[in-house]
Amino acid sequence: MDIVVAIKHIPSIADDLPVKGNNVDFDSVDFVLNEFDEQSIEQAVLVKEAVDGTVTVIGVDLIGELDNILHLALAKGADKAIKITADDPAASSHQQAKWLSDAIKSLSPDIVFAGVQASNDLDGQIGPMIAAYLDMPYIGGVSSVEISDHTATINKEFSGGFGAKYAVSLPMVVGVQAASKPPRYAPISKVRQIAQTATIEKIAPSGDASAGLAFKKMAAPVATGHAEMLTGSSKEVAAKIVELLKSKGLA
Amino acid sequence: MAVKYEKAKAIEKEHAVVDGVDISGHWNRMFEQRTIFEYTPELIEKVASIPNAESFANCYQCAKCVAVCPVDVVGNYGPRKLYRYAQTGLDLTEAPELWLCTTCANCLRVCPKEVNMVKIMPATREKAILDGKFVPPELQQAFENTAKSGNPLGQPQRKRDAWIQNAGVSVPIIKDLGRPVDVLWYVGSYPSYHPRGNDAASAAARIFTALGIDFAILGKEEKDDADSQRLAGERGLFEMMTEYNIETFNKYEWKELVVTGPHELNAFKNVYPKYGFERPVVHYTTFLARHLEQLKPLLKHPVNKKITYHDPCYLGRHNGEYEAPRKLLQAIPGVELVEMARNRENGYCCGGGGGGMWTDSFTQKHTKMRLSEKRAMEAASTGADILAVACPFEVSRFEDAVKSTGNEHVGVLDILELLDRSMREDL
Repeated sequence: MDIVVAIKHIPSIADDLPVKGNNVDFDSVDFVLNEFDEQSIEQAVLVKEAVDGTVTVIGVDLIGELDNILHLALAKGADKAIKITADDPAASSHQQAKWLSDAIKSLSPDIVFAGVQASNDLDGQIGPMIAAYLDMPYIGGVSSVEISDHTATINKEFSGGFGAKYAVSLPMVVGVQAASKPPRYAPISKVRQIAQTATIEKIAPSGDASAGLAFKKMAAPVATGHAEMLTGSSKEVAAKIVELLKSKGLA
Repeated sequence: MAVKYEKAKAIEKEHAVVDGVDISGHWNRMFEQRTIFEYTPELIEKVASIPNAESFANCYQCAKCVAVCPVDVVGNYGPRKLYRYAQTGLDLTEAPELWLCTTCANCLRVCPKEVNMVKIMPATREKAILDGKFVPPELQQAFENTAKSGNPLGQPQRKRDAWIQNAGVSVPIIKDLGRPVDVLWYVGSYPSYHPRGNDAASAAARIFTALGIDFAILGKEEKDDADSQRLAGERGLFEMMTEYNIETFNKYEWKELVVTGPHELNAFKNVYPKYGFERPVVHYTTFLARHLEQLKPLLKHPVNKKITYHDPCYLGRHNGEYEAPRKLLQAIPGVELVEMARNRENGYCCGGGGGGMWTDSFTQKHTKMRLSEKRAMEAASTGADILAVACPFEVSRFEDAVKSTGNEHVGVLDILELLDRSMREDL
């Protein structure tokens, strides 16, 4: 079973997002692994442990710091790591999907995992576009994957607490919402040991794809209102809320 | 694995006649022989065979430790009990009990056999982590934050010195200063990022400035000491941070390293020498107590409050400093210092040590209440207005605990904040 995980390195939103021109100021921001990709790596490793296969993690190296992320993935149970050396922090998800697809094609995988979306663009296109380029079916919003007889049994989440179970013949692409178990911990001593011994395969980016969208302006959101804290006993607060709703014509 | 014990059978007769003598009476009750130590030593060996955890096997079940174990006060714990649990089938490497010890070292203080939980727990936890066993998720998050961001709170490194904007005095960064200083002040992660920690950091900056201390901080170059992460079992992470910190400390010329936190003191003073760093390190209470004569005239405003002081485990038991914090508090005019029943060598643990700072939700499932809540109740029972602390973990822990135990009337303040207030205003 050849399992591939496509990951995305994105600007961290733990800090205030610095803006430069019409994009993020990539020089003054830390890059982190997309958190849905943490789930995606975990789900891939769980599948590998269940069916005995190999996991290859592949990502676009946007700022020359992807090695740390790949070492972490190897420490968590991935077997092979590949980076596409693009060195372009502004590469769109559409462009990254194209580069990833071209590289993944040569790996002829049975199943490809991707995080369902990433917090930098929220367009959720990496998974579906890889599926389109590779001509494979895609299911997103996935919360568990089990494989037997070359068929994947997939749980997909819908809103309102609903879910659906699909049986899909492989190969396919899965957009992971959450792994069936919380991502495991990789001890730092193991990560450091891997960092000294592991080889990461390098691939040059190939193929162009338009982003479909262009940035016109990037700015921090402007606060236009404020929250008002109602004080008093619960009865007084309730009365104030009723009054407020009436005054807005809502009750 | 669990050994089943048969209850001893009682022999009781209406009339007992032994060798023709009727010995009937109310004491006429005997027990048949029973096996009292039939157990497998396997699970004790499993722990004791881990390097640094060998002393686990030393236990001879005297139970002195249980009487002083802070976790036993709110649960069912202590080294003797862990040994007994292991005898009767508990695999410590997989049990929730592995994560409850705060490495407060009160057991070690009384143990006649030197069963050293301060070594046993980190070693056993490290084994569990390396073997991919369960790690409390919140602790895992703190490890990952430390590795990724250089601090357990997951805050950005470039904001590490953001607090100095509001310190009210100029806080020099050693890199910008470009000259040797007397004191390199290691601020620490919680004073750098936590809002209440910021208060203590700003207070310290004002005190150092008022005393005319030639000091500087590392600013954005400072990273977490990771000592508590080490005690929680992440030695690899600790070593990674240690290599970075030692290199950073040695980049600059300074005479003494002053730390805000007892955990940092423990790391830099007791553990870093093993990694080749042997330079003078002191906790701020020790440092300021040395400057007490210069400090006293600055403490102009009385603090007319009853204050009780909580000994941090890693300042007191681990590093022997009990008096400096008390001297500082007593130097503040108006302060009435009262002691909690458990103080100094027998001080009760706040629950934050040994990684406990990041296992509160987990620990809560296995104890009756948080250790910090128990301690907050002890503080309130002295009638104190203020619980004074000297460890950056404690302000947030105890502020939560006084609220959750209905003791909001007890204020929680770092000694730094109290000194600062006496310097600046009436409290």
